[in-house]
Amino acid sequence: MDYAIESVVKIVVVFGGMLGAVAYLVLAERKVSAYIQNRLGPNRVGPWGLLQPLADGLKFLFKEDVIPRHVNRFVYLAAPPAILVPALMGFAIVPFGDTMTLWGHEVRLQIADINVGVLYLLALASLGVYGVVLGGWASNNKYALLGGLRASAQMISYELALGLSLIGVLMAAGTLQLDEIVRQQSERTLFGFLPGWNVFTQPLGFVLFTAAAFAESNRLPFDLPESEQELVAGYHAEYSSMKFAMFFMAEYAHMITASAVIATLFFGGWHMPWLVDPGSSSIGASLLKLLAFLIKTGFFMFLFLWVRWTLPRFRYDQVMWLGWKVLLPLALLNVFLTGLYLTLTH
Amino acid sequence: MEQIFFFVFAAIALVAGVLLVAFRNPVYSALSLVAAFFALAGLFVLLNAYFLAAVQIIVYAGAIMVLFLFVIMLLNLGHAGALERVAGKYRRVAVVLLAAVLVAQLGFMAGRHWAGTPVSDEAPLFTDNVNAIGKLLYTRYLFPFEVVSLILLVALIGVMVMVKRDRGGGESRSR
Amino acid sequence: MAVPVTYYLILSAMLFAIGVTGVLIRRNAIVIFMCIELMLNAVNLLFVTMARYMGSGSGQVFVFFVMAVSAAEVAVGLAIIIALYRNRQTLDVGEVNLLKW
Repeated sequence: MDYAIESVVKIVVVFGGMLGAVAYLVLAERKVSAYIQNRLGPNRVGPWGLLQPLADGLKFLFKEDVIPRHVNRFVYLAAPPAILVPALMGFAIVPFGDTMTLWGHEVRLQIADINVGVLYLLALASLGVYGVVLGGWASNNKYALLGGLRASAQMISYELALGLSLIGVLMAAGTLQLDEIVRQQSERTLFGFLPGWNVFTQPLGFVLFTAAAFAESNRLPFDLPESEQELVAGYHAEYSSMKFAMFFMAEYAHMITASAVIATLFFGGWHMPWLVDPGSSSIGASLLKLLAFLIKTGFFMFLFLWVRWTLPRFRYDQVMWLGWKVLLPLALLNVFLTGLYLTLTH
Repeated sequence: MEQIFFFVFAAIALVAGVLLVAFRNPVYSALSLVAAFFALAGLFVLLNAYFLAAVQIIVYAGAIMVLFLFVIMLLNLGHAGALERVAGKYRRVAVVLLAAVLVAQLGFMAGRHWAGTPVSDEAPLFTDNVNAIGKLLYTRYLFPFEVVSLILLVALIGVMVMVKRDRGGGESRSR
Repeated sequence: MAVPVTYYLILSAMLFAIGVTGVLIRRNAIVIFMCIELMLNAVNLLFVTMARYMGSGSGQVFVFFVMAVSAAEVAVGLAIIIALYRNRQTLDVGEVNLLKW
């Protein structure tokens, strides 16, 4: 019973936190883009525009909900939830902190620690494409269809690199559980002073995974499925109001989950080097660990924004070229090198 | 509890299977097949095959079915002109009879031999699924494993050659 | 309450039967193909059930092989379908009769 209540509380907190983070990430995106382009950005609603997400949300809710007559109704309505749900589910297995003692009760800061953790993430990543493809097809619009086609080809291609770039980490860790991977990283040091994060042992894997994660979340420079200038808005051209908002939220939820996963797998998750003893479970140490996780995740979210407003979009053939002829062979090379190292040292 | 889950997943799988055959629009067929794959992944979890459940979603739902949808959309098979004609009355009757006979036969065979045996709880559970499967793959089943990888390679090259439209020059499409 | 093996076997048999029926009555090549996938999955369910029942991992390894081979099969099959559609503008298996006599 205790366990059930604990789980429900965690789910509610994480889900709420996720939605809040999505709302403020949108604001952050506008602020960062404004800063990069030497503009002011939203600053009218509340101090420094901090209430802007609220205003945006209200606007989405009260806009007219148009369902065009030429769409395939059932699939058209099913597509937005089909993309939002997997995007929100990914966070369920990310450990956002170490075990915390609250009111004499040990609480694990992770919703579910399933034993095929990384595979679960890859499965969700591969499901994200359905919303895009179905939305594009059901809209019965040539631009939307093209966006959907591009999305399916792009996501299948980059899933390979996404999965293969993780193999190195998994080979070294010998487990698929995210919590265990974080613990291993926090318990070792490299060369006596560097924290034992996987980014130092798997630099190539980190770069490949980040690139593939950008492509999987359809962010610039890989936003071919929506590319405003050539496809109007791609797969969500025919969507309005809350249904468009769901596509929009899914993109940001993907970014948050991807950032959290990068931080977990390659940057030691909640591990705060030098300052906090990884074994300590006092309340202060736990809060600092939580803070460490938030800082790392926040940095990668910023990276997503930064890259978007810095790099231009790839051409479609360049996307395919990069995925199949650069990322995939490099990921295989990474697997080979890791295997070689493990064989030589064991 | 386990039985409730079993019946829910089984019902989803069967309904989705029937819809797969019944829908005229290939897009709907593909979607019901996706639902069936999810139900089967749920059944795999009930059978403690966690690794296979995850792989089922990644490979079948995430890759194979997306490929199907891709081809259906690429060839635009969902539009009205491309739908196949409705089967005649006698054919429908024949189909129902045939399906009933098949199910009865297979069910009878299945039921006679294994009647009443519950999935044993004493059998060693694969809690460390991935580890166990990995060990088997690289020891006892090493040769089949290599053969499978060769099959995948051959398929990859074969598809490239087959789909490439204009041989010699021009842009190439890769999937 | 554990589920009897028989239930799984019967479910697998029914799914297989549905797949067979689909292959026999449908004319659209791509739907026939999907029905074959359903049959493969019915067999996979059987393998996993028996792996659990016998307490051996071999069944699960075989499912893994089946998945890999069916992935290859789908890639080749869809390529054939695309090539077919380009040449004949139809996927009706009744009209693909070039090799019939």
